[in-house]
Formats: sequence, structure tokens, C-alpha cells
Amino acid sequence: MAELRQAAVVGVGATDYYKRGESYPQTTNEMAVRAILAAVADAGLSVDDIDGFAYYSGGFDTTWFTQSLGIPEIKFSASLTGGGSGAPGSVGLAAMAVATGQADVVVSLMTLQQTTGSRLGHAMAVASGPYARPSTPEKDFVAPYGAFAPGHFFSLIAQRHMYEYGTTRDHFAEVVISQRNNALSRPKALHKKAITIEDYYAARMISDPLCLLDYTMESDGAVAVITASADRAKDLKHPPAFVLSCASGGDGRWGRGISWMGMPDDLFPTAGAGAVANLMYERGGVRPKDVDVALLYDHFSPMVLLQLEDYGFCGRGESGPFVAEGNIRLGGSIPVNTHGGNMSEAYIIGMTHVVEAVEQIRGTAINQVPNAEIALVTGGPSGIPVSGLLLSKGQS
Amino acid sequence: MSANITGAPSTDIVDIAPDMWNSPFWDAASRHQLVAARCTECGRFQAPATGFCPGCRACSIEWIELSGDAVVYSFTIVRHAVIPELAHTVPYVIAVVTLPDADDVKIMTNIVNCDVDAIRIGDAVHVAWDDVPGGVTVPRFAPAVLSAS
Repeated sequence: MAELRQAAVVGVGATDYYKRGESYPQTTNEMAVRAILAAVADAGLSVDDIDGFAYYSGGFDTTWFTQSLGIPEIKFSASLTGGGSGAPGSVGLAAMAVATGQADVVVSLMTLQQTTGSRLGHAMAVASGPYARPSTPEKDFVAPYGAFAPGHFFSLIAQRHMYEYGTTRDHFAEVVISQRNNALSRPKALHKKAITIEDYYAARMISDPLCLLDYTMESDGAVAVITASADRAKDLKHPPAFVLSCASGGDGRWGRGISWMGMPDDLFPTAGAGAVANLMYERGGVRPKDVDVALLYDHFSPMVLLQLEDYGFCGRGESGPFVAEGNIRLGGSIPVNTHGGNMSEAYIIGMTHVVEAVEQIRGTAINQVPNAEIALVTGGPSGIPVSGLLLSKGQS
Repeated sequence: MSANITGAPSTDIVDIAPDMWNSPFWDAASRHQLVAARCTECGRFQAPATGFCPGCRACSIEWIELSGDAVVYSFTIVRHAVIPELAHTVPYVIAVVTLPDADDVKIMTNIVNCDVDAIRIGDAVHVAWDDVPGGVTVPRFAPAVLSAS
């Protein structure tokens, strides 16, 4: 069987990050190409070496990149299904292409430009526009109730978790505050003002129990990640971040969760990532205690808590007390979102988490976890698929 | 919204496009009957219906009329309108409720006719029909003690 660890992430690149809409008049393709060029340079490769693209969302046009960059030949171009939860999965897809010899140097990519009129939460509610909600038989059971925005759905999960396990807003606040602390030292982070618990409780309530600070920000930018064969990786500029394991999928009983919300009782107050976590660990031959740093997708702060449970860093229902003990802070038992995450650094739909994982494995992260050998990157919760990725310093 | 409903999100956003598998749900709603799809082969309830039974993969459903009773499973109080059309109807409550006479299957709805800050998980609620302009009837739910009036 082809092993993903025959592939490694060898280059990462990003544009500056911008507040929503402020990247204009750059085009999204322009930002994408700038990120790709930065990643190629970071790897010590040439554009001529690129021969594949592995996406997860965003509707990218490989022909545009091939034309613009003058890429000599494409041997692989594919995308995962689903939405924003596939950043780690797209690296897994690239690694599959590399490990099976389909391509040698594969780009994964995300860009985001949220101009006025195409804000995600707004646009899903209306009948026309870039993210429009056409009436469909499926949405008939959601939209008439004023349930459009992602926060509406995730607040339902958070509320149930609070009810079942006694999780509190103090626990949400600990995620928000610790991630903000991690962003304070980062030049490119969009939010660099510390948050106090008083700030948290003063924030406007949006979809109760979630307040403004529980939400990720809206931002613009592009991030590219390059995956290459392990053999090739050894001769490049940086130490490789080997792809130890990856899984994209989900428990079938999650069904149309984050829409119809009909998940069974045992899955409802979770991030829906348990199946993918188990598969990822099994494929990698490692356990949660082997992970040194966790980059957990953070569109909403409670979903970081629930992923701590799904990915095995604490027991079911224990994530609130777990974070209250300081476990996710720098120096804690499992530092989380050392880059500030979607909530404090920038929201490029999870791709910044991959960049941070690579820097942690290289040993060059701004908030470096000492001797980080294995980094976890997650995407989700969302509909199926969600994804999880393990990068490692060693190849085995 | 209907005169008997307070606290629902704007009815301006109600626009449905049912297909043959779930139009019976909306047709029943227009008659103020709450129904759920049940597989004729294995008896499993599904809400909403997709035609195929996820339990036995049969493609044969029947529509069972329910009592209208439900239990609040989770909820969120929407205090900030994501679109201007909802600004005059916040706060409103989005809820997941279970239907005890359909094997506790879960559906999305609104909790209406109540103090939003008094809602708790586990509350008994009962269907409250909202006949909205345009001819669609939306099943929302109200605290059970109030719904008899």
C-alpha cells in the first residue's frame, strides 16, 4: 500500500492578511499566485516543478494558474468535496497523488476575499449573490426558521454540550483568550490586542450562547502549501514535514448535520470528528499523547473544545475543565492554535493552520513548542467530509 | 405571521421549493397537521424525508399524523440579525426539538409565543401553526402550557 509518509510538505507561502474586503482591488487569482510563488520560493523549487493541484473548496481554476504561471505540464488536478473543513484533507489528497506517483510537486491552496455583499453569513440567507441560498427541498426545513448562518447551527451544538456536561461561557472565553495571547507576538496577525474576561463578557451577543468573540473574523488573503515526494524533500531548503497520516470523511450517522441537525444523541454534542480522528491515528500508528501541538479549526470557540474531545486530548464532556486548567496554552499539555488561529491571526478557511503546523515541525514557529515532533491539523466541524492531518519531523 | 404567533423570524424569508418526497409534509402543514415520514418496510421515521430509508434502503414511505407534541433538545436565541430583513424580528429562537410520537426524531423549528430567556432544554412544547403570506404554513412550537389557548 502506498504510504502517505512518502510525501512531505516542503513549502508554505501566504500573502499579507487583510480585514474583510481590504485586499481589493487585488483579484483572488492574483493573491493565489502570489501565495503559490511564495510557497515555491520557500521550498527552494521552481514553478516549472509544479505538476499538480489538490484543492478542497473555493472553485479554483487550474487552467488559469497553468496559463498565468506558465506551468509546463499538469499531471494531477483534483478537489475534495465539501466546504471549508478540508484544508488538512487537501494536503492528504496531495500526498496521495505524490505517494502513488501521479505527480511530484502538488499545490494546495486557499484564497478568501469577502467583499461587501458576499459576506458568508449574509449571503447564505438571500436568494441571489455569490453564496446565495436558492430555495431547495433540503433548505425548506431550515431557512424558514431564520437559520442561515453557520453560527446558528454551531450554537445549537454548543448549547447542548453546556446542558449535558456543564460547559460554561468561561470555557469558551479561555479558548478565545489563549488564542489571542498567541497572536500578540505575530506580525501578520490581524488581532493583536489582548482580550480580558471582562472584554469577553462585554462583547455583543450574536446567536446566544455565542457572542461576537466566539466567532472567527472575516478576512482576506491567500495561502499555498506544496507537497512533494519524501525523496525530493530531503534536498530542499527546509527540513521536510512528513505526512504521517491523513483522513477525510465522517461518521455516516452525522448525516446532514450542520443543516438538518438530526444527529443521534451520542453525536450531537460533538464536533463530529471522532471517526476521522480514529482513522487518522490508526493510519499513523500514533495516539493523541504523541501529538505535540494541535492546530484545531476554530470557526467558533466551542468547536475547539469539542475537537479536543473528539481527537482524544481529554474525555467526552471534559473539555471545559481541561482548558480551564491551562492545558491548551503555550507550555500546557497540548498547546492549541499557537498562531492565533482563525479567530485571532487570520481566517483563510483553515489553511493557516497547515502553515503553522509546518513551521512547528521545522522548529521555526514564532510560538515554537519545544521539540515538536508531531503536529495535528484539523478541519471542521461541518458536513461530511471533515479532515485531520498529522505532520511529523521524522519519516517513521 | 399569523396573529397567534409572536416572536417568529420575519416571514419575508419563507420561500419553499418542495419535491415529491417532502411536499406531503407541507401539504399537511397547510391543513395544520404535523406529519412525519415512516418507512413502510421497516417502520423507521425520517425527518425530513429523502425518499430512501437510511435503515433498510427501501423507497417507500407513509405519512403519519403526529400529536404536535415536542421536546426542546437544543436552542439558540438569535439576538443579532444576519440580514436586514430580520432586524425587526430579533430576538427569535431557533431550536432543535424531538418528536416523541415519531421515535424522538429531531427537526429544526422556532420556539414562539414565550419569553425567550425562559426557554430551557427539556421544555415541553406544542406545534403552533404560522400561516404566512404567500400560502405557506410553517410549523413553529410554543410552550405546551400556553398552546391550548
